[in-house]
Amino acid sequence: MHNKSITELAAGLRAGEYSSVELTQYFLDRIQRLDGGLNSFVTVCSDEALSAAQAADQQLKSGGAGPLAGIPIAHKDIFCTEGIRTTCGSKMLESFISPYDATVVTRLKAAGVVNLGKTNMDEFAMGSSNETSYYGAVRNPWDTETVPGGSSGGSAACVAARLAPVATGTDTGGSIRQPAALCGITGLKPTYGRVSRYGMIAFASSLDQAGPMTTSAEDAAIMLQAMAGFDQRDSTSADQPVPDYSAGLEDDLTGLKIGLPKEYFGEGLDADVAKSVEEAIAEYKKLGAEVVEISLPNTHLAVPTYYVVAPAECSSNLSRFDGVRYGHRCEDPKDLEDLYKRSRAEGFGDEVKRRILIGTYALSAGYYDAYYLKAQQVRHLISDDFKRAFEQVDVIMGPTAPDTGFRIGEKANDPVSMYLSDIYTIAVNLAGLPGISIPVAPAAGKPTGLQIIGNYFAEAKLLNVAHRLQMATDYHKAAPANIE
Amino acid sequence: MQWETVIGLEIHAQLATKSKIFSGASIAYGAEPNTQACNVDLGMPGVLPVLNKEAVRMAVKFGLAIDAEVAPRSVFARKNYFYPDLPKGYQISQFELPIVGVGSITINLDDGESKVIGVTRAHLEEDAGKSLHEDFHGMTGIDLNRAGTPLLEIVSEPDMRSAVEAVAYAKKIHALVRYIEICDGNMAEGSFRCDANVSVRPKGQEKLGTRAELKNLNSFRFLEKAINLEVERQIDIIESGGEVVQETRLYDADRNETRSMRSKEEANDYRYFPDPDLLPVELDDVFINEMRQTLPELPDEKRQRFETDYSLSPQDAITLTSSRELANYYEAVVTAAQGDPKIAANWVNGELAAALNRDAVDITNSPVTAELLAGLLKRIADQTISGKIAKQVFEAMWQGEGDADAVIEAKGLKQITDSGAIEKMVDEVVANNPKQAEQYRSGKDKLFGFFVGQVMKQTKGKANPQQVNELLKKRLAQD
Repeated sequence: MHNKSITELAAGLRAGEYSSVELTQYFLDRIQRLDGGLNSFVTVCSDEALSAAQAADQQLKSGGAGPLAGIPIAHKDIFCTEGIRTTCGSKMLESFISPYDATVVTRLKAAGVVNLGKTNMDEFAMGSSNETSYYGAVRNPWDTETVPGGSSGGSAACVAARLAPVATGTDTGGSIRQPAALCGITGLKPTYGRVSRYGMIAFASSLDQAGPMTTSAEDAAIMLQAMAGFDQRDSTSADQPVPDYSAGLEDDLTGLKIGLPKEYFGEGLDADVAKSVEEAIAEYKKLGAEVVEISLPNTHLAVPTYYVVAPAECSSNLSRFDGVRYGHRCEDPKDLEDLYKRSRAEGFGDEVKRRILIGTYALSAGYYDAYYLKAQQVRHLISDDFKRAFEQVDVIMGPTAPDTGFRIGEKANDPVSMYLSDIYTIAVNLAGLPGISIPVAPAAGKPTGLQIIGNYFAEAKLLNVAHRLQMATDYHKAAPANIE
Repeated sequence: MQWETVIGLEIHAQLATKSKIFSGASIAYGAEPNTQACNVDLGMPGVLPVLNKEAVRMAVKFGLAIDAEVAPRSVFARKNYFYPDLPKGYQISQFELPIVGVGSITINLDDGESKVIGVTRAHLEEDAGKSLHEDFHGMTGIDLNRAGTPLLEIVSEPDMRSAVEAVAYAKKIHALVRYIEICDGNMAEGSFRCDANVSVRPKGQEKLGTRAELKNLNSFRFLEKAINLEVERQIDIIESGGEVVQETRLYDADRNETRSMRSKEEANDYRYFPDPDLLPVELDDVFINEMRQTLPELPDEKRQRFETDYSLSPQDAITLTSSRELANYYEAVVTAAQGDPKIAANWVNGELAAALNRDAVDITNSPVTAELLAGLLKRIADQTISGKIAKQVFEAMWQGEGDADAVIEAKGLKQITDSGAIEKMVDEVVANNPKQAEQYRSGKDKLFGFFVGQVMKQTKGKANPQQVNELLKKRLAQD
């Protein structure tokens, strides 16, 4: 049951093989039984899930329900959910109950999904290993001694362990794609503006984007269909029609031009990961694609640029967590300054503090031009690299992450080495492009991912390209053997 | 030493939109605390701002009204600082690229001179909430109803040289924003707030002195008082060998003093950067022209027209166009009275203004409406009453005793124009005062007034003064 795709589960619901309540209970039981060893959920909302499932069953009976009606999902704990605790992986929001639903949550609710709970994540989405969560590290279901990646590590782990058929995630510098790669699942970061950010707790507003985390491109298409679209509550959401993402999934790839950036295959890339990626690319050649080497000459500037822009924005975005209206407040503040200082010192973890400090510094008088402004200029150069590339090729491919899941604690005290986990994904956020990570052949026995980058709003093409590989291979069907 | 004062003003005009600048919550004044603050205004996690188009329209109208450049592209920026009534920890404002660029406005001074004051820029921003310190013991209450209220911050050049000029400028901007209906101008409710940057320098010196920023100037009177106090304070410091420090000073109206709020060293580094949640505001010529079409006749245009069409003195025209309501009132009087516009001006600027001022009544609530006043002027024009009696009638109208005709009738104030009757009284008066008649005739011309007064006394002022004059002259020339 838990290895079924959304389409298969939806068919089962319609055929009356099981009800949504039964399906929901099935996954709740799995969570209960298996998540203790993974810690992929921060909050499981059984009661709400079962009553949503009941409603979905009614909807299914009366007909007219969409493909997601009655399907259990999990939300990354960065999406505000009315009446259900939203922690964002932080002590700061340990008891925060949102008074409203994020647009993504509203849309998926409208599609009839059943929310099983909220998944663990790096605190305020700042991290690449899920170790910065106040609620404890998430374990990679393939090897529980290793990290699942981050920041959407809980979503990636719960889908990989089949504790939920699908989950939502968010990606600011690779936070959907990198954990998807490390957990052997499919993760799509759409074009910036494709999915509304309203109700998604902001990390870096100009980079944040929500997307689906699934076991297949086919499921990702169904999820994106429900999530995408203009939202008048988000001025940066794109007022563009949403195409049918499932319609062209099986389109033929003959003549598809794949660009391989030479900068993505150089120093720092693990040899086994490289081999797995090359193997996948060879599959694409078999499917009729042409491969050309391209250059994205400013790739080496992506990580430093990101670590100015993202902290700068986060330093401002996280100012609202001040202990005044909601969230953690220190005991007995003696004055206003004490209230601010202690509430924030106690409420935020080290990585969040590190980034607030970096960002505050980068925006300070006298440093703004040298850091923030310069970073914005470099950001343009990076976008221009991609623009030029897409004049030659249809999609760009490379590894999602330079390495497979590393051991818990291995990089925890080496932020720069941790930041390099996102070396191939960050530029895509800086340029605002869509990217998808799909599982390929294991690298030395561990999951790894192929990243496919598309032009603006080319999600349908990405899903088509991803799905064709998943038609031709079974990499995406592999599930962790130690989890039944 | 001769000192020169240099003043620049920052005016915050609250825009008269229905909802907030970045949310749909109402901005009505006086609601129960925190009942007009939605999730966006509360700075809840995950919320996003959406720009209110009406606020943009209003800012553009202002730009056009001061003949400024309206920016084809302007950008919202975050001004970062912590304060409990600032829910997001930053204020959304405009920094490098404001919506309104350089413009100017002409102020008119009492001595008849006029002066052009430069406007550096005007930008859109959101207001903060309010901290309430008094109602809570040892605690501070926060009311976020005001948070997110749209403001237009209008920044002047340091072009003013006295408190009087600063007040004239503030009043001119005040009149303008009300003319174009983008702000209700209510200073008591904080819809129109002034901060003044004040410095002094030796006359003739080009370099500006160190300035102090004065805050909490919520009336034109306080603006003038605070500036004068500050100028005195700064001159005292310099003359006694000290140095003025750059700081923000708060005006205390009760004690009529300013005191230091924070110095330059304590000032925040606001870490402005473009707000990534909002797109740049891009305006094309079509939109800007559309806004131009919606502008009413502006004060200066109206003043010109009043001078030409109604043959008014510049001073009368300036006064009458100082607010749109007053100008409308005046024009309604002229239209209804069909008489001499100059006389109408005298009445509006004279009796009416005095009564409004005396009873602190707004012109829009005047018990003597334009129609009522026009009725009175008609009775002066057709000589039913004299100008002097008319003042009595006006007062009765002000007290709500009916229109001019009703008051004249009820009080029997109709003018006596019967020559025979007046002549009879003239004869009597002259006959009863032989001594004075004698003196007048021997050259004491001043006594003429005495005779007029006597006749008027007898008729309770109702005799037609012109006729009295003529008949008296004739009578006294006899014998």
